[in-house]
Amino acid sequence: MSELPGDLRYTDEHEWLRQEEDGTVTVGITDHAQNALGDLVYVELPEIGQEVEAGGEMAVVESVKAASDVYAPVGGEVVAVNDSLTDDPERINGDPYGDGWIVRLNPSGGRDSMSPDDYQAFLDQLDD
Amino acid sequence: MPYIPHTEAEVAVMLETIGVSSIEDLFDEIPRDLLIKDLEGVPEALSEQEISRLMRSRDAQDRGALCFIGAGAYEHHIPAPVWDLATRGEFYSAYTPYQAEASQGTLQTIYEYQTMMTSLTGMDVSNASLYDGASALAEAALMSVRANRKSKSRRILLAAGVNHLYARVASAIAGEQGLTFERLQLDAKSGVSDLTALECQDDAPVAVVIQQPSFLGTYEDVDKLTDWAHERGALVVAVVNPTSLAVLRAPGSWGGDGADIACGEGQALGVPLSSGGAYFGIMACKEKIVRQMPGRIVGRTTDLDGNPGFTLTLQAREQHIRRSKATSNICTNQGLMVTAATIYMSLLGPHGLRRVALASQQQTAKLVQMLTALDGVEAAFDAPHFHEAVVRFDRPACSILEALAGKNVLGGLDISVDYPELGNAVLTCATETKTDADLEAYRDALAEVLG
Repeated sequence: MSELPGDLRYTDEHEWLRQEEDGTVTVGITDHAQNALGDLVYVELPEIGQEVEAGGEMAVVESVKAASDVYAPVGGEVVAVNDSLTDDPERINGDPYGDGWIVRLNPSGGRDSMSPDDYQAFLDQLDD
Repeated sequence: MPYIPHTEAEVAVMLETIGVSSIEDLFDEIPRDLLIKDLEGVPEALSEQEISRLMRSRDAQDRGALCFIGAGAYEHHIPAPVWDLATRGEFYSAYTPYQAEASQGTLQTIYEYQTMMTSLTGMDVSNASLYDGASALAEAALMSVRANRKSKSRRILLAAGVNHLYARVASAIAGEQGLTFERLQLDAKSGVSDLTALECQDDAPVAVVIQQPSFLGTYEDVDKLTDWAHERGALVVAVVNPTSLAVLRAPGSWGGDGADIACGEGQALGVPLSSGGAYFGIMACKEKIVRQMPGRIVGRTTDLDGNPGFTLTLQAREQHIRRSKATSNICTNQGLMVTAATIYMSLLGPHGLRRVALASQQQTAKLVQMLTALDGVEAAFDAPHFHEAVVRFDRPACSILEALAGKNVLGGLDISVDYPELGNAVLTCATETKTDADLEAYRDALAEVLG
């Protein structure tokens, strides 16, 4: 199991989020999630300007074996999407916490998230 | 004999293993008030002998009459090899071949079908078929909402000539998911959508549905409607008759950008009328929205040794994987009908299909000319038509059609309920199966009825 970046927060739906200095929040899926899905073949991104609810469906990541929803860890307006995923969805497999980011939100409401340690404990408990 | 070969003892062991006391308990998540004890209107079971007899007597009712009813299901000549081949053991299945390694022949047939459909519709991709034309429109409506996420609207605008039955089915299926359907007014003189009504459309719909040829056999201004829709951010759903596509412009080249989704009834391609089914639905679309398309899609690929092969593709959005979030939970493919259609199209080729389309158009034109030469019969529209046309009588259509049926002529469909503005109107159709003598028989029978 790869190391979890310490500066991120995590959800029980296997999304990560990073608080940016400009107040926005960047969201992606965790290494655990990309690993479980396998090679990604398609990412369905939201529209810029779209309002999402905390916990609501925000994007879809599709591998050869499954199509899974990505849920918004915080509510708010979509201010940026990672367009490069359209042509190169495997960026999420290769660099889930970096180049494989999915959406940037201007947050308006929160949802519970976990520290790296808590998420690691959550993953360990899934493995049991 | 039951289809599921589990003995009671085996079932008991399985239930005990998972800790459930009865099969019914597996379904206890269904709320009690949704359960129905008796299915109203479903008769008692019949034995094989009884059902054979019933079916033979019904079959006899369907034979002998000259049929001039089209309205979505068309009598075309089906070359003998079509069903001889389709019912061979290698093909004779309604089911989707999930197991690619054991189903290359079936998969290739579907792949050929998809190729033919994209060629006819001018679209990038076709699925392996849906239930029928009406449910294909329902699926296309739902798909257009998924594919047009920029639109906040859930309103689907139907051209005036969209089959009313299709619209009802689409509304029954998609209405439960918040979609509303609105219809453009018919221009009663020309038998197509009244385009001046477009100016009254304040908000853009999520999609515009255009049937071409229209249900009334006429030709909508598909370019204008398509461009109008696209300028407002709406998608365009084409409802087409595949036979007509041998002579008409493909939906893929309607307007500046082409329709986004094409759907329709495939029955005309080698499937007999059979009292209303089984038929099959067509669906094809532009590549950029393929992931929103319901149903199976067969793709061509290469195996580990580099040999070409066929397999189902884009399955991750289907219900056996994505369950309630699948692109559709009623989609199926009509494998056997598609096999027949593929053989039918292979035998006719583009040239043969064109001849069928032109001969049908010609016979209908001739029929309209003959019927309207009688007193009390007139053509409803001063507009060109495909292989179907509306004629108007000087008295209620239902009594005339009934009298014609008594003379073994099924004269057409009474459309006065769905189109009251057209008066005593009947939609009538003559395909290439009708000879000049058949047309004369219709005219003579009608002359007697009208007295």
